[in-house]
Amino acid sequence: MTPNLTYVLVIGVLVAAGVTLLLERSLTRVLMGVVLLGNGANLLLLTGGRAGGAPIVGTTSQEEMSDPLPQAMILTAIVITLGMTAFLLALAYRSWHLNGHDEVQDDVEDRRIMTLAERDEGPDGEDTGDDDDDDMTAEDERRLAASATPGRSG
Amino acid sequence: MTHLVPLPVVMPLLGAALTLLLLGRPRAQRWVSLTVLTATVAVAAMLLVGSTLDGPLVVEVGGWAAPMGIVLVADQLAALMLVVSAAVTLCVLVYSIGQGMADGDEETPLSVYHPTYLVLTAGVCNAFLSGDLFNLYVGFEILLVASYVLLTLGSTETRIRAGTTYVVVSLLSSVIFLVAIGLVYAATGTLNLAQLVDRLDALPDDIRLVLQGMLLLAFGIKAAVFPLSAWLPDSYPTAPAPVTAVFAGLLTKVGVYAIIRTETLLFPGGRTSTLLLVTAVLTMVIGILGAVAQSDIKRLLSFTLISHIGYMLFGVGLTSSLGLSAAIFYVVHHITIQTTLFLAAGLVERRGGSTALDRLGGLARLSPLLAVLFFVPALNLAGIPPFSGFLGKLGLVQAGIDDGGALAWILVAGGLVTSLLTLYAIARVWNLAFWRAPHADMPREDDAPRAARTDGAMEPGQNVATAQNAAVMPGLMIAPTAALVAFGLVLTVVAGPLLELSTDAADDLLRRTPYVEAVFPGGTP
Repeated sequence: MTPNLTYVLVIGVLVAAGVTLLLERSLTRVLMGVVLLGNGANLLLLTGGRAGGAPIVGTTSQEEMSDPLPQAMILTAIVITLGMTAFLLALAYRSWHLNGHDEVQDDVEDRRIMTLAERDEGPDGEDTGDDDDDDMTAEDERRLAASATPGRSG
Repeated sequence: MTHLVPLPVVMPLLGAALTLLLLGRPRAQRWVSLTVLTATVAVAAMLLVGSTLDGPLVVEVGGWAAPMGIVLVADQLAALMLVVSAAVTLCVLVYSIGQGMADGDEETPLSVYHPTYLVLTAGVCNAFLSGDLFNLYVGFEILLVASYVLLTLGSTETRIRAGTTYVVVSLLSSVIFLVAIGLVYAATGTLNLAQLVDRLDALPDDIRLVLQGMLLLAFGIKAAVFPLSAWLPDSYPTAPAPVTAVFAGLLTKVGVYAIIRTETLLFPGGRTSTLLLVTAVLTMVIGILGAVAQSDIKRLLSFTLISHIGYMLFGVGLTSSLGLSAAIFYVVHHITIQTTLFLAAGLVERRGGSTALDRLGGLARLSPLLAVLFFVPALNLAGIPPFSGFLGKLGLVQAGIDDGGALAWILVAGGLVTSLLTLYAIARVWNLAFWRAPHADMPREDDAPRAARTDGAMEPGQNVATAQNAAVMPGLMIAPTAALVAFGLVLTVVAGPLLELSTDAADDLLRRTPYVEAVFPGGTP
């Protein structure tokens, strides 16, 4: 179909909302983000083909038929998204079961670098700016761990 | 010959269905999986012979003619990848069966393992054979969904944590791929790779660049190219050893294969070759620096995996026939060697009780066989002559020197530095885990872990030590690892013919016409 402004805006809003939710810590919100993003992608696929009547020989003349291929692709993509939603929900549930929350946690390397950084300011006395580090409590560490971007090492 | 083409996809899928029906009967499941994968290796070998003799083999699925229906194409590149990946999956399957039997899976079988493993194989084969962009996407999804399940097997806390990152990142890359497909279809009106060749050529340059960029981004995440690679070293090492091994060997290489295919068939001319070369050198150097800093064998190997993806991109980025053929050779070598090393690391974990370098020691004396199984592929990875790793790197360096550009020289230097640092990282593992005196709290022969589970394994006449050793490292785990080590050595011996084959494949890729003519014998519609 020919993309009109409303259509493009809908896709844009879906993708923007999806990306925002994807950046959240909670897996349930990430899941919502994935679903929205998937829907945005599906609508985008739909713009690829011509709009028109049902693509069945006999009911519509060939010039007025819509392009069935993007719709077939969207159906496939919807099925895949459905399966993934179920899997992510199971993952979130299991995480809640194990940890009492469903938050995406920092990876090993991030945590290692953080502990290294804390140890660093001791012996050689090189305090790089942050003065409060010395009396860092366990509570602070947890907050720091929660604010670090996940999956950014390596 | 062409009727064989769909079999590497169909057989594992049917096998998966059959193993699902056999839930709770692990012995029958094992036999089905083994038979299916052995048959897949045989079919893949026949496809390789067939595509070398008669050119690309094409099948129109369901009998629908080419641009309407979906085609499966087995050209030399696809067939070569099929052979290597099928052989590797078979070896890993035997290894996992050995591990399962030693750990007493008979009582508590993880019955989803076999079906999922076969689905993964089907997905990998589908991605290699696909002659249609959307079918490639489906292949990726099949293998990714199977990999999600395999990665979170048993759903322990660490696996859930690592699996979450992996699943979210993979989902994002899939969405990007899907959007790219939508745009390609909107711009050209087709998704058949052979038909896309002409239609993409006719597009304005800027639109082509956008499409190429989106596809590269999606495949780059899957192949773990540097800025997009952070998910890998955190997720892979947490899985069971055989799963990590098969992931490391195959999944990233499917991404590399997709990059090779799109860069040569759909977007030739090397408009992004500077980008590819820059990311290649960053991937190589930063990946290996990550490996040097690790203190756990599995994590270290994950970083070498990322680093060596850079070598393959190097070859693709050069866009010369020599570079491309060296890259293909390197992919074959790396699938084999990286899988072997992860299998060996799994054995180290069983023998030493850990893969942390500060807790291991003296393995060379405790288990000389294991030492050999680790040492040979390790040197091969680092590129010590005369192993295939050396030959692959030599080819890439030669291609870089032939290219002669400033960037190519930087890459040659980067490649050599990476090779040296790989040797350093590997030598560190060797010194700490194998060569130094055994650690005080290392499990010794007489209290080896899992020794309690060996009832029935002891034969009369065997002394106690060897029987317990066999329980920790059962023959069914040693044998496939040894077979892969041997396969790596065979790659060295047959390097000449293999390089000829990869040069043929590279030439066909660069000419593009053999592929297009095989799909559309009567000219592109």
